[in-house]
Amino acid sequence: MARLIVYFAHPGHNYSHVNQSMANVAKNVDGITFIDLYADYPRFDINVDAEQERLLKHDVVLLQFPLFWYSTPSILKEWQDIVLEHGFAYGSGGERLAGKTMMLAVTAAGPEDAYARGGFQNYPLREFLRPLEQTARLCGMRFTTPYALYSALKAPLVGEVAPHADGYRRLLEAIRDDRYDWVAAERNDVLDYNTLTIKEEG
Amino acid sequence: MDGFLLLAFLFLVAGVVAVPIASRLGLGSVLGYLIAGIVISPILGWLHVDVVSIQHFAEFGVVMMLFLVGLELEPRMLWNMRNKLLGLGGLQVSVTAALVMAVAMALGQSWTIALAIGLVFSLSSTAIVLQTLNEKGMMKSDGGQSSFSVLLFQDIAVIPMLAFVPLLALPELQELAAAAHGAADEGHASLSLVDRLAGWQRALLTVAAIAFVVVGGSVLTRPLFRFVAGARLRELFTATALLLVIAIALLMVVVGLSPALGTFLAGVVLANSEYRHELESNIDPFKGLLLGVFFITVGAAIQFDLLFSNLAEIIGLTIGLIALKVAVLYGLSRIFKIGGADRWLFSLGLAQAGEFGFVLLSFTVASSVIPPALAERLMLVVALSMLLTPALFIFYEKWIAHRFVSAQDQEPDEIDETGKVIIAGHGRFGGIVNRILLAAGIPTVVLDYRSEQLDVLRAFGVKVFFGDAMRPDLLHAAGIGEARMLVIAIDDKDSATELVHYVHQNYPDVYIVARALDRHHVYELYSAGCRDIIRDTFDSSVRAGRSALEALGVHPYDAERQVRGFVLNDQDQMLSLASSYDPGIPAHENEEYVRRTREYLDRYADVMRGNSAAFATRLDRGWVPPTLDDVEAETTKDTK
Ligand SMILES: Cc1cc2nc3c(=O)[nH]c(=O)nc-3n(C[C@H](O)[C@H](O)[C@H](O)COP(=O)(O)O)c2cc1C
Repeated sequence: MARLIVYFAHPGHNYSHVNQSMANVAKNVDGITFIDLYADYPRFDINVDAEQERLLKHDVVLLQFPLFWYSTPSILKEWQDIVLEHGFAYGSGGERLAGKTMMLAVTAAGPEDAYARGGFQNYPLREFLRPLEQTARLCGMRFTTPYALYSALKAPLVGEVAPHADGYRRLLEAIRDDRYDWVAAERNDVLDYNTLTIKEEG
Repeated sequence: MDGFLLLAFLFLVAGVVAVPIASRLGLGSVLGYLIAGIVISPILGWLHVDVVSIQHFAEFGVVMMLFLVGLELEPRMLWNMRNKLLGLGGLQVSVTAALVMAVAMALGQSWTIALAIGLVFSLSSTAIVLQTLNEKGMMKSDGGQSSFSVLLFQDIAVIPMLAFVPLLALPELQELAAAAHGAADEGHASLSLVDRLAGWQRALLTVAAIAFVVVGGSVLTRPLFRFVAGARLRELFTATALLLVIAIALLMVVVGLSPALGTFLAGVVLANSEYRHELESNIDPFKGLLLGVFFITVGAAIQFDLLFSNLAEIIGLTIGLIALKVAVLYGLSRIFKIGGADRWLFSLGLAQAGEFGFVLLSFTVASSVIPPALAERLMLVVALSMLLTPALFIFYEKWIAHRFVSAQDQEPDEIDETGKVIIAGHGRFGGIVNRILLAAGIPTVVLDYRSEQLDVLRAFGVKVFFGDAMRPDLLHAAGIGEARMLVIAIDDKDSATELVHYVHQNYPDVYIVARALDRHHVYELYSAGCRDIIRDTFDSSVRAGRSALEALGVHPYDAERQVRGFVLNDQDQMLSLASSYDPGIPAHENEEYVRRTREYLDRYADVMRGNSAAFATRLDRGWVPPTLDDVEAETTKDTK
């Protein structure tokens, strides 16, 4: 059993369809830890000690957020800035997170073909997530292929929310039950609910 | 009675006229008093006023001054100063005394007289120098602090000097004095207990008296003050403060010690007391007045006939004395590494002889050490050197200080005082402010007039002082003049408003944070000049509202933003109403105020009816995602 923690960050959840559904799913998966950062720290006074303590008690850290300006919502940046402290997460004496895994679950309004070289967004989605990828590396963590949804604003209209949320549930459960194939996942840049590398039970 | 009134009138007129003129001319108050004394001396002579006995009386101002000096000195601070105090002060006194003695002997005086003169001249004028340094705001500089150390040492050194001087008595003068006895029996000699005691008894009594001052000061004063404070009569406190100083002075006289030493000690003992500022503000006016009288008498006592008949000699001696003292001080400042302009401030500032010189001189005459005729000339030298002091300060300011300005700019003071914060009222409101400031390492001075409250707080180690912040003199003693900020945390509306008004008018540089008790009070504080007003239950109510929202299932972040919107809106509103409020016009007759209030109420009604999403649209605008069309455009436009 891998110990999994999900950090959820969405400040405008009144407008949210996808992330809200995903969060509802994650909340109901047994045996994992789910944290709504904006609910726990509405005034941004993140408790560094408590959060570091939490990280130490888990093997997989999953950050779930909508892409905002090619980056994370601000509280997640705050979380990185103060929780991934020098001497704890990196630097001399800072190897406490080494060997753990970081995964992202991202939603983006832009369509898949826009996130390509020469496309509207000019770069593949994975490029925009490099800062987090390198952050994980610096902390000695494995950065695994993100679970992503493109065209997230269109998703409710075309019935994509439910399958994405269900894929999310299967993902979380597989990680929890050590049925997630980390190695096979590496073959893709990003994953969707069809390409998740989940080993069948048995 | 008539005589007394006339005399008081004369002294007061002289002071009230001369001092402001002298201050305006940049000469300082001391010179003003001295000049006032010179001007009225013919009238005093004509009225046959006994200037010397007035001077003896006014010397009590010096005793009070030392009490106040002691109050400013916590024992810990004294200990920190020990190197400067003993090193700088000790060397200044001993080297100056030795050199003056040598010169006096070279001029043909016997060694006993020469030594006495050396001691007299080694002292500087605490009254003039401290007063001037404070007036000119130079007290905190390195030069000011060093001067203070030396002066303090001198003030303390006077005490053993007074004990030592009688040993230098000349037999022939003693005979003379004995012949003239009866007539000139010293008033206080009859009070002294110790004359009839053996040496060891005397020593024992001395130790006992000092122990009584120290122990009594720290143990007995607190219950006494609390008892007096219970009566809630201001003048009673003044009376008690005076009583304290006079009682200690009296005790010292009785056991044959210097009253100055006793009150100084009492001051040091009380420096840590919560009643310190109250004592200070009560004694300070008496000290100021008495010292004023003292300086007037010094001016009045200058014997011009004697001066003019020996003009060259006395001026020569004065200039020689000043030059010698400057040389010694300058040498010391090199050894003790006092640099730049401070070195000159130190050397020139302390170059005069002082009021203790007068005291010591009259004592040497009474003890048959120095012949009266010589003493009179020496008096002139002391007075003249004091008269020249303001000139030396002016010389320093005009010709020396500015040369060092650029040099000083490059090396700023290491720890310039962050500027302290005065907190008026240490209840549930001020207490929290104080804790926050202290935790941030910012020095605070807390004033509260509830005695019971003080006891509790002090038990927990909080530094608070007894006193009503509404009293200007007390605010002054608490240091409002140098404070960066005043936090008004008292729970009386009118007092708070009045205090804002007073401080805003008189100390415009002091930043004021004020506690308002309600909406209306906000407007009053605002029109009194405060721009940082905190309603005392507002934040807690807002938090209660937020808690309620959260408990009803609103997402904490939404609840947070909702109340933030409410707060911002309310503050805008408050500011707008406050600036249209006029304490002179009843609110309902103030058209602008009424109009704005109406506007607000209308808007509020809209919100309540649900016509507007929340209190402030400004906060409602976050995180609206782009429209689908925008996103569609991404595909159609750029994918080939
Ligand atoms: C402030 C803000 C910035 C955004 N920046 C981006 C962006 O850089 N790229 C992108 O593809 N979508 C962007 N979006 C769209 C969000 O990613 C999108 O609304 C979200 O993923 C939808 O998920 P939800 O239904 O959970 O809110 C942004 C949205 C907002 C509100």
